[in-house]
Amino acid sequence: MSQDKKRDLKKVGRRDDAAATPNPDVLEKGKKIKENIDKLLDEIDEVLEENAEEFVKNYVQKGGE
Amino acid sequence: MTPRILGTETEFGVAVKDTAAQDPVSNAILLVNSVDTVPSRNTLWDYENENPLVDARGFEVEGEKERPTPDYNRLLNKLLGNGGRLYVDGAHPEYSTPECASVRDVVRYEKAGERILESCRVGADRSAGGRRFVVYKNNTDGKGNSYGYHENYLVSRSVPFMRLVAQLIPFFVTRQIYAGAGKVGAENRADPAQYQISQRADFFEVLVDLNTMVKRPIMNTRDEPHADKTKYRRLHVIVGDANMSEVATYLKLGVTALVISMIENGYPVKELKLADAVQAIKDVSRDLSLKQPIAMEDGRQWTAVQIQEYYLETAHRYCAERGADPEMRDILARWERVLHLLARDPSQLSREVDWVIKRDLLQSYIDRKGCDWTDSRIAMMDLQYHDLRPEKGLFSALEKGGYVDRLLDPEAVADAMVAPPSDTRAYFRGRCLQKFPEQIYAASWASILFDVGQAVVKRIPLNEPARGTKELVGGLLDESDTVESLVSRLSA
Repeated sequence: MSQDKKRDLKKVGRRDDAAATPNPDVLEKGKKIKENIDKLLDEIDEVLEENAEEFVKNYVQKGGE
Repeated sequence: MTPRILGTETEFGVAVKDTAAQDPVSNAILLVNSVDTVPSRNTLWDYENENPLVDARGFEVEGEKERPTPDYNRLLNKLLGNGGRLYVDGAHPEYSTPECASVRDVVRYEKAGERILESCRVGADRSAGGRRFVVYKNNTDGKGNSYGYHENYLVSRSVPFMRLVAQLIPFFVTRQIYAGAGKVGAENRADPAQYQISQRADFFEVLVDLNTMVKRPIMNTRDEPHADKTKYRRLHVIVGDANMSEVATYLKLGVTALVISMIENGYPVKELKLADAVQAIKDVSRDLSLKQPIAMEDGRQWTAVQIQEYYLETAHRYCAERGADPEMRDILARWERVLHLLARDPSQLSREVDWVIKRDLLQSYIDRKGCDWTDSRIAMMDLQYHDLRPEKGLFSALEKGGYVDRLLDPEAVADAMVAPPSDTRAYFRGRCLQKFPEQIYAASWASILFDVGQAVVKRIPLNEPARGTKELVGGLLDESDTVESLVSRLSA
């Protein structure tokens, strides 16, 4: 194996600090997702099964495989 | 690197609403028989070559082999035009993808299976009077009962099974950090948890065994290759969760296939032995920070991410020295990126990794309502994340809203419901079933039995999973107008 390759291999798995710095676009996107999740949460109670407690209690399966 | 043949099996959970009587076996039978995308309802599953009692460690255990009567066989099995199998396994509907030669294709066929099950549900609702079904792609009822998601990787018989065991256990214990589907609470007498990474971790009680239903092992020893047994093994992986995320499914299967390849080709991960793998799989599942070290046998302490990075390092060397196809290079790059983010801030994977997607959704709901993790609405959301109904499933809602990343074109998934992959023996199986639906007496992974109008059916073995491809038999199938002419050409 060449020296270059060895050096490349050594890098693997190590933290690359430059890449780890959050970039503003990602942060902006994250904020946007949060806002969108809020919208989804507004509607979620209508989607959830009624009588959640009862429904979850009754969900009993036979073990499988 | 030659492509690896692989496929998955998914057992689904079933809830029935509006009724007191719930017989899970009849429900599973009704669901499977409500399928509308099947070439023929008469084709039998050929159990001839099946024997799940053979152990890869070199012995056979006693037990009864499954050999249902023809009528019951038809009730339990639907052979799909896509080359896969829809069937009743115990008390659950189960779907096996056809054999695939690329990871992306397995994901596509697995997602197609979800849609097939959804179509079964719609059909069952229509015919079952007041009963209403709900089908879940998850692995537990939250009360100590688990059902499986199994991966199958074709491996050379020349690799000693115990070498695979030794090399893969630390990998399987830790890959849940990107492959876990997330679960509220704990079960099966495992330590308490508010929320954990894996659906299945609580159920693994031993290291290596043939069992799949009780005392589940991290490494399953079933030696049933469904192919030429002198050349192949089928590594039957039972330790994983069923994923909803396409990206997570792709990563889980792709990384596992890559790690198996490097072990097979003599790139072992050396000196990596966990002090207690059965305990570690549960500890990793409970460490949402991914910072807790795991004890190694030699006293070292490594985090789950570090163990995965150790495999990644060997995989990089393997691919650099032996070459890798574009898909493997893509998987390698994604794996590296995901480990990097997991070590730093797992919440950055809230569009890709199921346990993070689910946790963030549940946490947002908790923050909004001021409730806590023991609230029954949270348990409901944990279950409903896996609901296959497009209008009810929470993963489905996230997908529709654009909150999670996709890998596949939905059109390509729809196509996979009916068309077989072109590059494995599933092509031959699927095409035969479609072209001669009433003259395929039976079929299985490794056989097709043609009814050519004689007293004895003609059995064609399919012992080579990488043959029977469009390239090899496409022309032959196109040119054969009758099953007799196909069989005579095959025998020529």
